[in-house]
Amino acid sequence: MSTFTLAEQVEAAVDQALQDIAAATTSAQLQQAKADHNGPSSTLAKLNASLKDLAPEFRKEAGATIGGGRKRVGQALSERTGSVAVAEARAKLEEERIDVTALPQRRQLGARHPLTMLQDEMSDVFVGMGWEIAEGPQVEHEWFNFDALNVDPDHPARSESDTFYVEPGGSHLVLRTQTSPVQIRSLLTRDLPVYIVSPGRVFRTDDIDATHLPVFTQIEGLAIDRNLTMAHLRGTLEHLARAMFGADARIRLRNNHFPFTEPSAEMDVWHPGMRGGPRWVEWGGSGMVNPNVLRAAGVDPEEYQGFAFGMGIERTLQFRYLLPDMRDMIEGDVRFSQQFGMVI
Amino acid sequence: MRIPLDWLADYVALPEDVTPEHVLEALVSVGLEDEAIHRTEISGPLTVGRVLSFDDEPQKNGKIIRWVQVDVGEEEPRGIVCGASNFAVDDLVAVALPGTVLPGGFEISARKTYGHISDGMMASASELGIGDDHDGILRLQELGYSAEPGGDARSLLGLDGVAVEVAVTTDRGYALSLRGIAREYANATGAKFNDPALIETRAGEGFPLALADDAPIRGHVGCARFIARAVRGIDVHAPTPRWMAQRLTLAGMRPISIAVDITNYVMLELGQPLHAYDLDRLTGGITVRRAHPGETIVTLDDTERKLDREDLLITDDAGPIGIAGVMGGASTEVTDATNDVLIEAAWFDPVTIGRSARRHRLHSEASKRFARGVDTALQEAAAERAVQLLVELAGGTADSYGATVEQDVPVVGTIALRRGKAARVMGIGYTDEEQRTALQAIGADVRETEDGWSVTPPTWRPDLDDEIHLVEEIGRIVGFDRIGSELPVPPPGRGYTRAQRTVRDTANALAAAGATEVLVSPFMSERQIGMTGERAVELTNALDAERRWLRTALIPGLVETLARNVARGLVDAAVFELGTVFVEQGEHGTTELPSAASRPDDATLASLDNLPLQDRHVAIALTGNRLRKQPGQSAEHYDLADALDFARVAASAAGLEIEVRQGSRGWTHPGRTADILVAGEVIGYAAELLPSVAKEHSLERVVVAELNLERLVQLRRTTLEPAVIAGVPAATQDLSLTVQQDVPADEVLRTVAEGAGSLLENIRLVDDYRGAGLSDGEKSLTFALRFRAPDRTLKAEEASEAKMAGVASAEDKFGAKLRA
Repeated sequence: MSTFTLAEQVEAAVDQALQDIAAATTSAQLQQAKADHNGPSSTLAKLNASLKDLAPEFRKEAGATIGGGRKRVGQALSERTGSVAVAEARAKLEEERIDVTALPQRRQLGARHPLTMLQDEMSDVFVGMGWEIAEGPQVEHEWFNFDALNVDPDHPARSESDTFYVEPGGSHLVLRTQTSPVQIRSLLTRDLPVYIVSPGRVFRTDDIDATHLPVFTQIEGLAIDRNLTMAHLRGTLEHLARAMFGADARIRLRNNHFPFTEPSAEMDVWHPGMRGGPRWVEWGGSGMVNPNVLRAAGVDPEEYQGFAFGMGIERTLQFRYLLPDMRDMIEGDVRFSQQFGMVI
Repeated sequence: MRIPLDWLADYVALPEDVTPEHVLEALVSVGLEDEAIHRTEISGPLTVGRVLSFDDEPQKNGKIIRWVQVDVGEEEPRGIVCGASNFAVDDLVAVALPGTVLPGGFEISARKTYGHISDGMMASASELGIGDDHDGILRLQELGYSAEPGGDARSLLGLDGVAVEVAVTTDRGYALSLRGIAREYANATGAKFNDPALIETRAGEGFPLALADDAPIRGHVGCARFIARAVRGIDVHAPTPRWMAQRLTLAGMRPISIAVDITNYVMLELGQPLHAYDLDRLTGGITVRRAHPGETIVTLDDTERKLDREDLLITDDAGPIGIAGVMGGASTEVTDATNDVLIEAAWFDPVTIGRSARRHRLHSEASKRFARGVDTALQEAAAERAVQLLVELAGGTADSYGATVEQDVPVVGTIALRRGKAARVMGIGYTDEEQRTALQAIGADVRETEDGWSVTPPTWRPDLDDEIHLVEEIGRIVGFDRIGSELPVPPPGRGYTRAQRTVRDTANALAAAGATEVLVSPFMSERQIGMTGERAVELTNALDAERRWLRTALIPGLVETLARNVARGLVDAAVFELGTVFVEQGEHGTTELPSAASRPDDATLASLDNLPLQDRHVAIALTGNRLRKQPGQSAEHYDLADALDFARVAASAAGLEIEVRQGSRGWTHPGRTADILVAGEVIGYAAELLPSVAKEHSLERVVVAELNLERLVQLRRTTLEPAVIAGVPAATQDLSLTVQQDVPADEVLRTVAEGAGSLLENIRLVDDYRGAGLSDGEKSLTFALRFRAPDRTLKAEEASEAKMAGVASAEDKFGAKLRA
């Protein structure tokens, strides 16, 4: 038997245990301390095992002393385990630190073409007003592209220097020069009143330069109802102009001549940002639908009348972003679309 | 049409402080289009010089320059270096002395060049901004100018004048004249208009003249009126007076000789094109008729032209002497030796002249006016005016020799205009007074009727043939600035159609998945068409004969787009396009062109829809790296799997899932081509290009996919029976099957799935193993299966049983063996 009292021995074992536990900085060291001071071969365990050798009258007090020691060691272990785990987790995370500015980019970012996005946006303006979108064929019958639109058989626009014709000669097929044939098709198939816009590709035998493309995109509108006037045309165009160019956009109507409309008006938009100073720029053509056009579509011009308008989407894009050269829009260089991304 | 302002002032009063901008603005307000202001921006000493002598000096660069001594009215001549050689000693030239500023801010100074001090510059027409001719310097005598050295060349050349230019729409031929423009200026400003056509005229007689049109076009005779007037004893060498030359120059025409200049001057003034014949060179009288088959003419420009049966000819007893309204013949033109001239003032049918001008590609000042329609009552006045000027300026004598013949002169119809019509169309509450005044201002005769007016348009407005045209005239004269602004209220719309939404969703989905949208030309070459194996639509008048077919597929154009990007250093590219392709399906179009006077019957309308197939497609083309080399990331190039993924993305925008089968195309990798199916139908393909095809475009590996978007739209999922999303645990199992290598994995997967039945929630191919442990020609496919019952936790045995049912199906179909 030791010369120390039981209480002293317990106290010494606990002191040693607390010291070792406090010194443990890793879970392995802590594990060791636990084995040393809380395991079956620890001093406290052995003291506890020796309880059975004590006389029953001493056992209770000795048991309490040892129990108290073990409890303190247990508490210290559990506290230390928590803080070591936190420290270790923190250290691990710190080890996992990376340069977030050097991470690989695994997804390529795609892009829409600004022309098709602008076409969508212009369509949205009209759909928002309750109009509908109508589409039609690009290889079109001359009757739809010219005759029904009141274009005289001898009108110069019908010559091969303006219009693409389709083989065999004499089959009366052309590449549509405007999206207006869709308007005739709509009048023939839809119930009145009709409020439609038709966006799409059109074709003219123009040589390519900074402001002309042989293949380009138009959006044309047609509204046929009982009481439409030029004032409704102006209101509609102003609404579109503001949607395209901002709340301050202004438009001007100038009398002009188009076979399809009478009266006809060239539509200018005030462009504050043009090179060489603010000025009016031609945006498109418009007017009240010629009664001959309505007759060709079987609509009684005494009962119904309305307006039509059309503009180039390329031109609209050009004005909006001051693009100097339309050719960029059709060359397919991905940088052109990518600068717009998904937003126009 | 260019309008010299001082000329305009002859017919309408211009404000004292008039500016070209003011005139343009006024003209634009009544419907003419603003084109340009022409003024010569020249300041400083532009002086008349006389060439005294020159030396030609060859230079090391092979050029020959002239060292010229020029008298500019000073004590000593000036030495000037000149690159042109189109002049001789004694020629009068325009010399820009140091200090002159030419158009474009080009300032002249004395400078050392080619070993001399060049003390000024001898100017060309283009340097002075008065013409396109920059091949040589301007020679003043040639232009009919005479002047002394030292004189002011600026005023001599009319370079201090200003002209405004407006575009005239095709319906307004009358505005291609000072007369018409002055009237419009008066309409715009209220200024008083003096009509230069209101002059006393005399009729000629005795000249044999016949109108003999045996083949009118569209019911209109080619010549409805022909006035001939003789002027005798003119001096063809008489100089064109300076005022006339200046006006012509400012109007954009080059002074040539007195007879020609007078006819041009009257044309610009009144709008009536004239022609002057050498009376002595005419053989007998004049007959106006259509060309005979095989007939030819040598025109003024010394070109022999084959004539068409539709060409209207001016002929004498010896044959054709002019294509009516388009160009005169060489045999009767006025020459240096001409004494007597015969002036022609005729009214030719716009359609006849328009067709001849297009046919012969002769868009002259005359044909331009005739094709738009000349005033039907103007011929006498124009002939008279030309005769007067020939007498006055060329010393001629007018006698009564001449002729006036007419046939079916178009009559201006009277139009009923209802009182409320203009208001109903323009949305403007016009007063009666406003409407009447506007119509009278354009020259119409207006009479009151019970419910409006009876309006007879003037003879120069053949375009006014309907009530609605009168409405436009009222609108334009009163002013488009009066038009109000109102938004119409359509009936409730249905929004975008399902097809329209699908197209947009597809584009957005592909872009979101990392591809870049491009727009590609729809014109393809024979070789590209050949690749697609489709029958293409051919254009009659393609811009590039090589590419005269419309595309039958999007891929060839996209591959070219890839090549352009790669050539520009953009070597990793994923591009896509949504576009229409065109496929011929036999005979298209119609032989007849139906009338548009009223709605054609349904059968006729149906025949007009006999068009080539025009389906919208979506295609994608990929080259280079999908993933670029980055820290911790090695590069991965695009391959067929990426093309298929994009195809999946496109189909998903229509709510569809694709199925893939081994396929083949002539121009794709034989082992890396996949047909893409939806609901059992092939709607496209994905493939790697044959290396040789990619190489033609200087590209390495290219993978592509193209789907028929039209079919995707039509097949678009419209309904769905949603599955029960059961919360009970799943049972997962793996399955390895040994099959022959040529059995497509996807078919095995589908067969297992079918056999396993409804408990199988999901099956996925995990591995394709070939090699040790398997016989030659065999492969082992490993699948991961997930089973679930909607209402309870599955027992392992139930899942195994279902799996084995799937194995049995695969065994039946492919001889698949379960691999331990």
